[in-house]
Amino acid sequence: MARLDERSTAGKPLPVREHARLLVIGAGPAGLSAALEAARRGVAVVLVDEHPVDHALMGLDVPFHFGQRMGGAVRNKSRMIETIAAADERIAEAFEAGVDVRLGISVWGLFSPRPGLRWLRGHVAGLSDGESSWFLSFDAAIVATGRRDVGLAFAGWELPGVMGVTAASTLLQRYEAFDGRALTILGSGVEATGFAKAALAAGREIVALIEVGETPRDPAGCAELAERGVPVLTQTMIARAIGGHDGVESVLVRRLDGDAADAREELACDTVVLATGAAPVIELLDVAGAEIGFVPHRGGYVPLLDADGRTSVAGLFAAGDCAGIWSDKTVDPAIAAAEGVRSASAACDELAGGTTTMWQPAPAAEPSPADEDVEDVRSAWVAAAMTVADAGTHLCQCEEVNLADLLGVRPPRYLSGKDGERNSHDLAALAADGQVSQDQIKRLTRAGMGPCQGRRCREQVGAVLAKATGTPLARMPLPSHRAPVRPLPLSAFAEDHEPDLLARNWEGWFGIASQWEPFWTLSSDAASTEDRP
Amino acid sequence: MTASHDRKGADVIVVGGGVTGLSTAWWLARAGVDVMVIEKGIVGWGASGRNGGGATHHQSPLFAEEQRLWPLMDELLGYPTEYQPKRVRMALSDAQMDEFRIGVDNTRGQGFPAEWLDAAQVREMVPLAGDNVRGGVYYERGGHANPQRTVQAYAWALQDLGGRILQHTAATGFERRGDRIVAVETSAGSFSCNTLVLAAGPQTGILTALLDSEVPVTPARAEMIVTEPLPLMPIGGVDGNHLYGRQTLRGNLAYGGGPHEWLRPEDDGVAARPSSPLARNVAKRLVELFPKAAHIRVIRSWAGVIENTPDGRPVIDRLPTAGNVIAATMSSVGFGLSPATGRAISQLVLDGRCDFADLSSFRLSRFGNLSPDWREERGWLPPQTDDDDARAA
Repeated sequence: MARLDERSTAGKPLPVREHARLLVIGAGPAGLSAALEAARRGVAVVLVDEHPVDHALMGLDVPFHFGQRMGGAVRNKSRMIETIAAADERIAEAFEAGVDVRLGISVWGLFSPRPGLRWLRGHVAGLSDGESSWFLSFDAAIVATGRRDVGLAFAGWELPGVMGVTAASTLLQRYEAFDGRALTILGSGVEATGFAKAALAAGREIVALIEVGETPRDPAGCAELAERGVPVLTQTMIARAIGGHDGVESVLVRRLDGDAADAREELACDTVVLATGAAPVIELLDVAGAEIGFVPHRGGYVPLLDADGRTSVAGLFAAGDCAGIWSDKTVDPAIAAAEGVRSASAACDELAGGTTTMWQPAPAAEPSPADEDVEDVRSAWVAAAMTVADAGTHLCQCEEVNLADLLGVRPPRYLSGKDGERNSHDLAALAADGQVSQDQIKRLTRAGMGPCQGRRCREQVGAVLAKATGTPLARMPLPSHRAPVRPLPLSAFAEDHEPDLLARNWEGWFGIASQWEPFWTLSSDAASTEDRP
Repeated sequence: MTASHDRKGADVIVVGGGVTGLSTAWWLARAGVDVMVIEKGIVGWGASGRNGGGATHHQSPLFAEEQRLWPLMDELLGYPTEYQPKRVRMALSDAQMDEFRIGVDNTRGQGFPAEWLDAAQVREMVPLAGDNVRGGVYYERGGHANPQRTVQAYAWALQDLGGRILQHTAATGFERRGDRIVAVETSAGSFSCNTLVLAAGPQTGILTALLDSEVPVTPARAEMIVTEPLPLMPIGGVDGNHLYGRQTLRGNLAYGGGPHEWLRPEDDGVAARPSSPLARNVAKRLVELFPKAAHIRVIRSWAGVIENTPDGRPVIDRLPTAGNVIAATMSSVGFGLSPATGRAISQLVLDGRCDFADLSSFRLSRFGNLSPDWREERGWLPPQTDDDDARAA
C-alpha cells in the first residue's frame, strides 16, 4: 500500500461553492440560445456574462479595447445591469424560462482533470464578481465567450479615443454609454460598415473609413455609406493620431500607393475605431486544455470542434464567435444562435444519457468567397503599421515595446545600461536557431506581459514575428493563455475558504527535509541513503 | 582532449538546454572547448525559465561560489540577468520565525552574515509589509535574478564563444564503444562526442536508464502567480509565509508555493501548461505577506515541471556504466546555483575534479541501496483519478 505525500495535491479537497448541471459562459447570441434550448429541455442552466464590466477594468482595456470612451454611466453597475438586461429581450426570456442568469460575473479559469491536475475530481470554473472569487463545479459547459478586438499600433494609438470596434459597438448598443462623437474608422469590412451604420443611426458623425487594401472589403456596405456622405479612403493608413490629455483631436492619414506616396491629410475626429479584425476569445478553452488550431478563414486560432461543437475536453463545448468568426456570421447573429442550440442539444443528450461521445474534430468548412483570410488581412494591416511606425510607437502599450525592440529582441528599457545599451541577439539570429515562439519573445522583450494581458498586442506581435521570420501565421505557435484570464485584485482572487487539510500541509517548496541539510554534515558515506522516506 | 573536426558532433555534448546544461556548456566554451547543447524544445522552456529566481542556497557546497559569481554574471555573460543581491525572509508567526533558524545556521556555517530582524525592522525594509509581521531575517548575500533572461543570456554567451545549440532536437539514444559513449542519437541524426553531460531535468532519469544507470528522479508540477507592477521596494528578494518568489525589477510580484503534483514520466511537457485552482491559495498567502498590496491585480500564472531525487539533493557524478558520461540533476533547486554548478561540472569534465567545492554529497552511489519502490514509499505518485479507481475496481 503506497503512502500519500501529504505535501502533494493528492487527496486535497477543493472548496466548491455551487454546482451547475450545465454552465453557459457568455450571454451573446450563441450563449443565450444555448441556455434557452437547455432550459426548454428541462436542464438546469447557469448562464454567466461578465457584462457589465467593472469601470476600472474597462480602463485597462479589458476585455475589449475601450480606449477610455466609455461614458460616465458605466460607473453605476446596478444601473448598467438593467441597461444590459434590457438591451436583449432574450435575457428576460431566459430569466422567465428559469435560467439562472448572472450578469456582471466573469469566469477567469476553467479546470478539468488532466496530467498535472489529476487531483481534481471533475470540471470546475473560477468565477468572480470583482470583489470575491469562488469555484463552481459543473457537469457540462458551453463556452460562448465571443470575440474581442485586435490592436494595431501607430503613433499616438495610446491616446484616449483610440479603441476597438467590439468595444465601440458594445458601449453603443449594450451599455448605451459611448462617448465618441466624430469617428474615424480603420477598416472597411463588415465589422467596420456594420458599426458605422449603427453609429450614424445613433447620431454620431463618421469622418471616414480608412482601408489599407486597394478596394473596400465590404463593397456593398461601403457603397451605402458613401451614399450617405462617408468617404472610404483605400490604400491609406493612419500615420499618427494627434491629441492631448482628453484624447484624440485628429488623425494624420497617409496614402500608401506609389503615385501619391507620402500624400498626407489631417482629419479632425475625437475617436479612432480599429476595425481591422477580430479574434475569437479562446482564453478559457486554452486554459482548459482544449485542442486549438489555426483556421485562416475562421479568424485564426479556434478550438477544434466536432459537428456538435464538442471540444477535445469531454463535457466542454464551444459555440458562437469564440468557435470561429467569418463575415456572414458577423452580419447575421442567427448563425451563432444556431451553433448555441446545436451545442446545447448535444450537451443535454450527454447529460441525459450520462455518457460522453468521443471527440473527433470535424474537417474545417470550405471557405466561401465572402470569408476573409485572416492571414491576408492581418498581414496587410501589420505591414502598413510597420511602414508608419516610429520609435515612439509601442505595439505593447503596457510594457512600451516598439518595433525595433521586437526585431532586436531587446531587453526592456529599465535594463538599459550606460549609453542606453541593451545587448541581445536579434530576431533573425534567434530564428536561425529554430522556430521562434511568441512566448519566448514575450519573456525577453515583455511584449504582451502587461496588465491588459496582451489583449491589444497579441495578434500584431505575432504577425510582426511571422512577417520578420518569413513564417506563415498558421505556423506560428499559439502563445499561451494563463488563468486568471481577467486581472483580479489579490484580495478578490484570494481563497477565503481554505480547507484545513490544505492549510496544515502547505509548504513553501516540496517539504523534503533532507534537501536543506547543510552539506558539511553529510560526508559522502553518511550521505549514502539507506532508504528512509 | 582532442578537438573534434567532425562538425556533426563536438568534443563535449550537453543534453538539456536548461540553466545547468547551458551554464556547463558556457563554462566549457570559455575554456576553449568545442561544445554543443542538444535541447528537445527551446532553451529554458522547462523549470529553468519558470521558477522563483532565487539565489539563496545556504545548504549547498556551491553556495559560496554562487554568491561570488552572481554579482559578476551580467558582465561575464554580456547580457542582463536582472540579478539583484540581498534577501529578506518575513515571518508572520513565532512558528515561522523558528523555521528560519536552519537557514540562519547554514548561512553562518558557510561564513556569511545573517541578521535577525524584529517587526519594526522588517517593516522598515519592506514597504508592503503590514502589522501582522512577527519578524524576519536579513541576508546580505543571496538574491534573485530573472530566470528566462538568464537562460537566454547563457545561450547567447555560449554562442558568442562558438558553442552550438541545437533546439527542437530530442536525444533518443546513445552509441557505445566499450565503456564509453561515442555518439548521441537524436531526432536530427547522430552526433559524436568525447564527453557527454546529461542535464536534462525531468528526463535525466530516462536518459541514464538507456545507459544502464539509474539516476532516481521523479517529476512534479508547481506553479506561481504574477501581479501587475508596483513601485519597486528597496529589496526585491522578499519572501516568507511559506511562499517563495520576488518582486521583479519591473515591479511585478511573482510568488509560488503549496502543493505540488507528482507526475508520470511521460507527462513532462503536457503537464507544464495548466494553471490550477491553487493559484487562489497562493494569492491568499501573498495578501497576508503584503497586506498593502491587497488591491494589486493578479494578471498571470505559470506552472513548471521539476524533478527531485529521493533525498532532494543534487546528483553530479560520472555514471558507473559509462566512464565519459556525467549526469547532473539539481533536484528542484537548480536556477540560483547555476553559475557555480556549470563551473563545477566543467571542471569535472576537464580535470576530473572540482577545485572549489566538495561535491561528495552529490554522488550517485548514495542511492546504491535504494528500494525499487522508493516512489511508492514516499507517496511520490500522481493522484489516483476516477479512471484509476474504476480500473482497480
